[in-house]
Amino acid sequence: MLQLNCPFCGLRDEAEFSCGGEAHIARPLAGNQLNDKDFADYLFLRDNPKGVFLERWRHAAGCRRWFNVARHTVSHEIIETYAMGSLPKSKAARQAYQESWRRKTAAEAASKPAKKGKEGR
Amino acid sequence: MAKNKQVMRVKGGSAVQQDKLVQFTFDGKSYMGCAGDTLASALLANNVHLVGRSFKYHRPRGIMAAGAEEANALVQLGTDGRVEPNLRATQVELYDGLVAKSQNRFPSLKFDVGQVNSLLSRFFPAGFYYKTFMWPASFWMTYEKFIRNAAGLGKVGRDHNDPDRYEKRHAHFDIVIAGGGASGLMAAWQAGMSGCRVLLAEAGPRCGGWLNSVDDVEIDSQPAQDWIKKTLVRLQAMENVSVLTRTTLFGYGDHNYLTLAQTVTDHLKDKPAHLPRMRMWKVRAQQVILATGAIERPLVFSGNDLPGVMLASAAQTYLGEFGVLPGKRGIVMTNNDATWHIAFALQEAGCLVKAIVDTRPSASPALKRQAESLGIEVLSSHGITAAHGHLKVARVEVSPLTADGTDITGDALHIDCDCILMSGGLSPVVHLHSQARGKLTWDEKTLCFRPSSAHEAEQSAGACNGTFDLQRGLKEAITAAGKAAKAVGMAVQTVDVPVVDAPRINRAPMAVWSLPNGQGEGEKAFVDFQNDVTASDIKLAVREGYHSVEHVKRYTTTGMATDQGKTSNINALAILADQLGDAIPEVGTTTFRMPYTPTSIGMIAGRSIGSLFDPVRTTQMESLHRQAGAKFEHVGQWMRAWYYPKEGEDMEQAVSREVLATRQAAGLLDASTLGKIDIKGPDAAEFLNRIYTNGWLKLKVGRCRYGLMCKDDGMVMDDGVTTRLAEDHFHMTTTTGGAAGVLDWLEEWLQTEWPELRVYLTSVTEQWAVATLSGPAAKDILTAAGVDIDLANDAFPFMSMKKGHVSGLPARLFRISFTGELSYEINVPARYGAALWSTLMKAGAPFGLTPYGTEAMHVLRAEKGFIIVGQETDGSVTPLDLGMDWIVSKTKTDFIGKRALERVSMADPQRKQLVGLLTDDPNKVIPEGAHAVLDPDQPTPMAMLGHVTSSYFSPNLGHSIAMGLLKGGHELMGQTVYIPMLDGHPPIKARITDTSFYDAKGDRLNGAS
Ligand SMILES: [Zn+2]
Repeated sequence: MLQLNCPFCGLRDEAEFSCGGEAHIARPLAGNQLNDKDFADYLFLRDNPKGVFLERWRHAAGCRRWFNVARHTVSHEIIETYAMGSLPKSKAARQAYQESWRRKTAAEAASKPAKKGKEGR
Repeated sequence: MAKNKQVMRVKGGSAVQQDKLVQFTFDGKSYMGCAGDTLASALLANNVHLVGRSFKYHRPRGIMAAGAEEANALVQLGTDGRVEPNLRATQVELYDGLVAKSQNRFPSLKFDVGQVNSLLSRFFPAGFYYKTFMWPASFWMTYEKFIRNAAGLGKVGRDHNDPDRYEKRHAHFDIVIAGGGASGLMAAWQAGMSGCRVLLAEAGPRCGGWLNSVDDVEIDSQPAQDWIKKTLVRLQAMENVSVLTRTTLFGYGDHNYLTLAQTVTDHLKDKPAHLPRMRMWKVRAQQVILATGAIERPLVFSGNDLPGVMLASAAQTYLGEFGVLPGKRGIVMTNNDATWHIAFALQEAGCLVKAIVDTRPSASPALKRQAESLGIEVLSSHGITAAHGHLKVARVEVSPLTADGTDITGDALHIDCDCILMSGGLSPVVHLHSQARGKLTWDEKTLCFRPSSAHEAEQSAGACNGTFDLQRGLKEAITAAGKAAKAVGMAVQTVDVPVVDAPRINRAPMAVWSLPNGQGEGEKAFVDFQNDVTASDIKLAVREGYHSVEHVKRYTTTGMATDQGKTSNINALAILADQLGDAIPEVGTTTFRMPYTPTSIGMIAGRSIGSLFDPVRTTQMESLHRQAGAKFEHVGQWMRAWYYPKEGEDMEQAVSREVLATRQAAGLLDASTLGKIDIKGPDAAEFLNRIYTNGWLKLKVGRCRYGLMCKDDGMVMDDGVTTRLAEDHFHMTTTTGGAAGVLDWLEEWLQTEWPELRVYLTSVTEQWAVATLSGPAAKDILTAAGVDIDLANDAFPFMSMKKGHVSGLPARLFRISFTGELSYEINVPARYGAALWSTLMKAGAPFGLTPYGTEAMHVLRAEKGFIIVGQETDGSVTPLDLGMDWIVSKTKTDFIGKRALERVSMADPQRKQLVGLLTDDPNKVIPEGAHAVLDPDQPTPMAMLGHVTSSYFSPNLGHSIAMGLLKGGHELMGQTVYIPMLDGHPPIKARITDTSFYDAKGDRLNGAS
């Protein structure tokens, strides 16, 4: 059983948590146009890497807060836990974030407000 | 009292009190043993060797080991409800009155019918069961009963209610040490002196390990056994050190999560009522030190499973710890030096060693001299090529061997004997290290796998690390404990390494695992005693194409089951490597699984049994429903009143009466279990606007609205009515089963996607008790009960909420309806629930008020075509599929599921859509889940249209009604479909209709009758 460091409660047994799958999947904004295929990247496609994985966990039987975890899927090493809405600090986890295929998707681009007057650039 | 006939008992034995006799029963016969005995040592003292029958061939089996590695001597303990099968006799502590039975034999151990399997063994080769499964299925049906009877070991108790109690304990330690031998004690002493919080777990009743069975070892100038006792006393005096005996670390999980089984009362004749039988420890350790020792390997030779054939180290234990001889005339069969010392000890204690048979060409001169002085014959470059005997070994065939031990070079000798003491070298107990995903390396010198690198924060010390020398093992333990103490942040106080004075023993065995077969086919040569796997089974598996060690393991079943290959693993690997022409390390090892030794399921369950297995939730009105004779059903964790049968009524009659009464007069439903979430905050309306598919910003205070929520894929996830209590305050209801999931869902979106919204959520499901009063007489009944709210339709319209009092009880009344009748959902603080129910029942009696349960509720809502999420939906159904386009906002910029609902495929007219079904025969009720087709005469497989989701007989319509999800259903309106039956009856014919079967205009909502 893993041990996870809830940013709000500290080190607790995995049994107190529930895993919410891949983290940093930005939801496309309703106003932004996105074709069905690109929208599917957001809705259905989930990463399953062998190595460092950034995922969401919830302290379900504790403070009920969501937070992010950088976990190595082979060694089960918990590299770091960090607050929702923030990015990881460790080198390995930052790299996993930056190198994710998701960073290049149209769905992720559509999660940010369209910049006025700068279309096409 | 049985007579004391312990003919094999000699003086000595560090564990037993020979002056304290203990009576026990084995297979109905009474015997005497000594206090401190195990069942195995006591049986051997009485010269009882035959103790069981083997798993597959029902071969007679004896005691082969003295500890956890015992693969043969599995017995059944206890009587009546307290029966436990498959216990290793070597680990069962004797107490006065103990009752044990042998297993896997019929009618008796000496004459066993199943032994015929042994004669038919040609038909039970490797992969027998897999081959059986490949026969036609009908063969399996025929043979299953026989195979199931023939297989398996002991039988569980007839009474499924375990009379014993089990406890669990959660704990944290700096350092956990597995194994209370010299290395474990040394590590505990070092770690304890460094101030660490230490738990040392020893599986047996005593610490000290193999040192308890020798008297030629001194530590710090005192007998080793005295040093053990002294060290234990010192450890017990330390507050930061806990020593648990009879405690097995059986599971090693991620992040040093350890599970330990402590047996508390099994060894006691009188079991104190305040103590549990076992205690399961769930421990998180910062550091772990494994000091689990080593296990001796058997040698593989023809007839090596006969009773009387034993590991040499086991013979040493029986002699040294229990003062019991394995026999009177022994043959020692070995490939290493260590066994010679055991032979000498046995000879001196009175077991005539007829020969030391050694596969090696020569041994050290010192050993030879000692053998000669004791008068023991030495047969170098020899091996046992067959062992014979009926129910016990009586004679061996010993042949001269080639230098590599693989072939016979000359004529055999035949020697009479009553026991064989064999040794193939030592295997470190790496099971826990392996469970902890540690890696192993093959030691070319000592011919064993030992730990190389660890994955978790764990170290191995002593024999389990391949360090068989005591002096070096103690040093290793100190180093490991020092490292561990440092890692947990303690200042290390290094203790002195004790000085060991012991015979120097060369631990390098000769690389021989399996001895050549003597004349003829001979007896079987066993590799895995517990699973009845022979050397030829492994060879056959290789011939049949199984080359991976994992495949051979599964095909032959070697190293599986409760034994987990403790004695068989290396021999099986060696034979496999030999067949493949590979080196052992290239063949690799299989993974050792938890548990290290079998553990009681009762202990794992602990107190989570019976009513505590999955706690049941009941409403405040539950006792009133019971008084009214209600039948209950489980809905999620809740117990809900299902229907209220009157004397002589069956379910159909009761439900029919409840349904009719509700529409004709009034019905009362306990709706307390509906999920209720209190939503508060300045952004609450905006939040609901995003969660639900319809609009919420303009909802007026005091008004209610029905809402559907979708997942972001556009599929319906839950529904319910939500009411605006104040500008910034809402009361949401969810389905009974969906309550927890909906709260999770709302919290997830608030925390992860919209953290900027100021909204606070509280589950209030159990804060309110709810009675739903429904029917044309509802208003009159409420008035009769006493209410301070104006119930006139314009003052209190449909889909609104009023606060007030019902019969003096503070209440929130919601005018919402799941029946289509005039309805009030009356919410009172939970503690008034029972009062509300009885008040309403009393006030309603003159009006014919009838309590109704969940079944009638289902029929009533189906008559109106109202959906139930989870019945009409299954996670693949959109609001549009349900014909509920009206609830999906066209104007909102966003809500969960909006973008997905705009996908092209969502508008596909061939999606499954919800329709009503009216059968041609009004009395025919379609089974729920049945499939519909357009043409019942088409060839199979038929083109399925979809399935029936709800189906009832409607007493109000006098007609069967159903709903179903059918492909392109909305366009098929008015057409006929057929529902083929499995039972050979003709297909049911039905017409596709709208889903509102009753009062489609909704006139009855305001009480029109
Ligand atoms: Zn927490």
